[in-house]
Amino acid sequence: MQKIATREAYGKALVELGTGNPDIVVLDADLAKSTRTIEFKKRFPHRFFDLGVAEANMVGTAAGLAAAGKIPFCSTFAVFAAGRAFDQIRQSVAYPRLNVKIAASHAGITVGEDGASHQSVEDVALMRVLPNMTVFVPADAVETAGAVRAAVDIDGPVYIRLGRAGVPVLHGDDFKFVPGQAVTLRQGLDATIIASGFMVGQALQAADLLAAEGIEAGVLNIHTIKPLDVQAVVDAAQRTGFIVTAEEHSIIGGLGSAVAETLAEHYPVPMLRVGLQDVFGESGRPDELLQKYGLTPDDIVNAVQKLL
Amino acid sequence: MEKIVAELTEKAREIRRHIVRMVAEAGSGHPGGSLSAADIVTALYFNQMRLDPVRPDWPDRDRFVLSKGHAAPVLYAALAERGYFPVAELSTLRKLGSRLQGHPDMRKLPGVEMSTGSLGQGLSAANGMALAARLDGRDYRVYALLGDGECQEGQVWEAAMAAAHYALENLTAIVDFNGLQIDGPVSEVMSTEPLPDKWRAFGWHVLEIDGHDFGQILPALEKARSAGGRPTAIVARTVKGKGVSFMEHGVDWHGVAPKGDQVAQALAELA
Ligand SMILES: Cc1ncc(C[n+]2csc(CCOP(=O)(O)OP(=O)(O)O)c2C)c(N)n1
Ligand SMILES: [Mg+2]
Repeated sequence: MQKIATREAYGKALVELGTGNPDIVVLDADLAKSTRTIEFKKRFPHRFFDLGVAEANMVGTAAGLAAAGKIPFCSTFAVFAAGRAFDQIRQSVAYPRLNVKIAASHAGITVGEDGASHQSVEDVALMRVLPNMTVFVPADAVETAGAVRAAVDIDGPVYIRLGRAGVPVLHGDDFKFVPGQAVTLRQGLDATIIASGFMVGQALQAADLLAAEGIEAGVLNIHTIKPLDVQAVVDAAQRTGFIVTAEEHSIIGGLGSAVAETLAEHYPVPMLRVGLQDVFGESGRPDELLQKYGLTPDDIVNAVQKLL
Repeated sequence: MEKIVAELTEKAREIRRHIVRMVAEAGSGHPGGSLSAADIVTALYFNQMRLDPVRPDWPDRDRFVLSKGHAAPVLYAALAERGYFPVAELSTLRKLGSRLQGHPDMRKLPGVEMSTGSLGQGLSAANGMALAARLDGRDYRVYALLGDGECQEGQVWEAAMAAAHYALENLTAIVDFNGLQIDGPVSEVMSTEPLPDKWRAFGWHVLEIDGHDFGQILPALEKARSAGGRPTAIVARTVKGKGVSFMEHGVDWHGVAPKGDQVAQALAELA
C-alpha cells in the first residue's frame, strides 16, 4: 500500500489552494523543509514569511495578518507550535477568533530518533481546550488535503496535526472531508475501535487480526477532535457495548478523553484508551517506539480482548 | 502649530478626566499607565492617524495596537471622544455585559484593532498588519504602544528583529517609558536600559522624546513616516500617573482605582 506522510500532503495542498486564493499566506519558524511549507515558498515567495526560530512572534504575526484580511497558515513542529506558542495562540488567535491556521508537523512519537523534546504527546489536549478552536487530526494524505481545504473555508482558528512518518493512503480521490463527521472505515458488531491520525492505520490492522479470530471490530476514524462527532461515538457505544480508543498522543486530554467525556455524559460504556500512558517518549526508530509505548495493532487487539 | 498643540492639550486633559472617572466608576483598573500614555494616544487619534469612525473596518485605515492592554481606559476614552461609540458608554468599563472589557477585545468594541492584555504580543500583531499592508499595496500605517516593563518580554525582541528584517517602514512602535512596572522601578526589577540602543541594535530608526510634549510627539510621528526602509521606535519619556499629582511617579497607582475625595481632587486638577 502506498505511504505518504501527512506533512507531504500538507505542503502539496498549500500550493494547490494558494494558487486559487491570493489571500493565503504561509509562515514558518525555520523548519520549512521539514514541515514542507517550502513547497509554498518555492511557488509564492512573496507570500511566504520565515520568522526564524521565534514561534511566539510567528503566531502573533499571523494574528496581525489575519486581522488585516489574510488567511495565514503557521507551521513548525507540534511541540513548538502548541507548546512554545500556547499563550500566543490563546491570547492572539483563539480569544479574538482570528482566522489563523496552525498546521503542526512532527506530532507524536513517530518523530523517532530526535527523542522526547521533539515528540509532542500533548498538543491535541492543549488545542482542544481552547474556545473557538477547531482541531483536525487527519489520518492520511487525502484527509490532510481535505482538512487544509476545510480550514480555509472555516472563518476562525484551526489546528491541524500532521506527522513525519509515511502513512497508508486510506481514501480514494472521491473521499469528501466533512469537518466534524467521523468516518466509518470498517463495520463490526463485536467491538468498536475509535482512532485518529497515525493510529487509524494501526486500528485497521488490529481489526484484521481480530477478524482472524472471528471478532468483527468496527473502526471509526475521528479526524475532527473538535467539534467531536458525538452522535457517531454514541451510536458506536450502543452498537457494540464498549469502546477502545487509539491515538498517538497522551491518553490524557486527547481523543480518548474526548470520547470518554462524551460517553460519560450520553451513554456510559466500558472503554480503554490506547496511547501514551502519561509518559514522554524517547529516542528510537518509530517502530521500536510504537512497540515500547504500546501503540501497535497488537496492543489495540489486547485492549479489545480485555473488554470482550 | 501652537493652536494645534493647545487643542491637543485640551483633548488630552479631557481624556485624562475620562480615565479617572471610568476607573473610579469601575472600582478597578489601571490609571497610572493610562495617564502616562494619554498625550501619545491623543496625538495619534486626534492628529496623526487616518481614521473613519463610522467605518471602523475601512481597509485603508491606520491601525493602532495597544500592546500594553491594561491601559485600555486611555484607548476607550480616545475612541469615544473620536466618535466610535457614545461617551456615556465609558461608565460601563469592566461591568458585566459591557463592550469595554478590562483589557481590549477587538470582537466586542469597534475601533479596537487587536485583543491584548497578555503583555509582549502586540508588536507581533502589528508586524502582521504591516506585512498585510505591503501585500495588498495599501499605504496605511501601523502603530503599537508598548510599556517599558513590557519590553522585558522576549517576544518583543523577536518581533523587533522581524520588523527590521522585513523592513517595515510603515510601522511605528512607541514605548511609554514611564520607568515603573508593578513590582517597582523598571531599573530595579529588571533593567531594560539602554533601551534606545537596544532598538537601534535591532535595526530600527530610533527617536527619543518627552512623551508629554506635543512639540516633540508630533514631529517624531512625522519623522517616522520617512524612515528609509526601517521601522521606527519612539522611546517616549513619560510620568506614570501624569496629570494627577498624587498619582505621578507612584508605583502604587499602577492598578488601583481612586475613591471618593481622590476622584474629586484628581478631576479638579484636570479641570
Ligand atoms: C504576560 C503578562 N505578564 C504579566 C502581566 C501582568 N501585568 C500587567 S501590567 C504589568 C506591568 C507592566 O509594566 P509596563 O509595561 O511598564 O506598563 P505601564 O508602566 O505602562 O503601565 C504586568 C506585569 C500581563 N498583563 N501579561
Ligand atoms: Mg512602565
